[in-house]
Amino acid sequence: MKFFTILALAVAVGLATAVSPYASSSPDGLERVAEDKAFLEQGTLHSVQEGSPAPDYAFPGVDDARVATGLAGFAGTLLVFGAGYGIAALTRRRAVAA
Amino acid sequence: MHIPDGFLSNEVALACAIPAVAAVGYGLRRAEVDLDDRRVPLLGVTAAFVFAAQMLNFPVAGGTSGHFLGAALAAVLLGPWLACLVLAVVLAAQAFVFADGGITALGANVFNMGVIGGVVVGGLMLAARRVLPNTRAALLGVTAAGAWSAVMAGAAACAVELAVSGTVPLATVLPAMLGVHTVIGVGEAMITVAAVSAVLVTRPDLIHGPVPEPSSPILTTPVTT
Repeated sequence: MKFFTILALAVAVGLATAVSPYASSSPDGLERVAEDKAFLEQGTLHSVQEGSPAPDYAFPGVDDARVATGLAGFAGTLLVFGAGYGIAALTRRRAVAA
Repeated sequence: MHIPDGFLSNEVALACAIPAVAAVGYGLRRAEVDLDDRRVPLLGVTAAFVFAAQMLNFPVAGGTSGHFLGAALAAVLLGPWLACLVLAVVLAAQAFVFADGGITALGANVFNMGVIGGVVVGGLMLAARRVLPNTRAALLGVTAAGAWSAVMAGAAACAVELAVSGTVPLATVLPAMLGVHTVIGVGEAMITVAAVSAVLVTRPDLIHGPVPEPSSPILTTPVTT
């Protein structure tokens, strides 16, 4: 499992770091429909999100947009891995203890 | 397909959050049963891959892009309920850290991109197990169909939620959402099949359910690890 985990995580981190800066920046399906059907402006940012660390996948304090996206991808992928692994490990421990 | 805040009425957001919370809660219960120590890292890896692949918007048509959703992949690897849990982790991180998708709309986003996809793909896989042989080719076929259907069903649900919220008439938004996601769903199917194929050649035992038997010479190449 260790080998597979490391390999798969490396692929994910690699994609998020090196490929995401070159991903399409066009609006996605829902954004396109919202624009075409004129309800895009109804979208708001929740007050909680005004302090979000990396809005729009831009790592804070980095001027180069591509580098900022790549760093956000790198950090985000590791964060999500840690969160998923942590939740799984905690529920597993609870199950073993019960 | 991340709905920002402001698109949905509070009633619709709440109505979507209830089944989303229920499905994620059930996923947590299933995690206790379904995840042996060996498979605990798989949940983290799947969430990481889904997050990474969601960043890779691919162009579809006329200045529009699409991106991977991942519920189908997660459901094939972990089953439908853990797939809901994986997507909830990804979507919560996107909303709180990257301001992508709303906070009050988080339940709806988990419902559209996680629960619906997980249930569609989980149901298809259960049905396929009864009528199709337990082969890799059959699994990949069901994976492709499931991934496309999951995107279409999620897009339809999103359209209905927007319409019930009074944001846009259903007759306007439903054909538009289904039209663009017909193409995005093909991308979802391709990425999901590629990822499941990669797992099949490296660790076929990680597929949720009975391990499929090799069915074609291409996929039976022995792997030495």
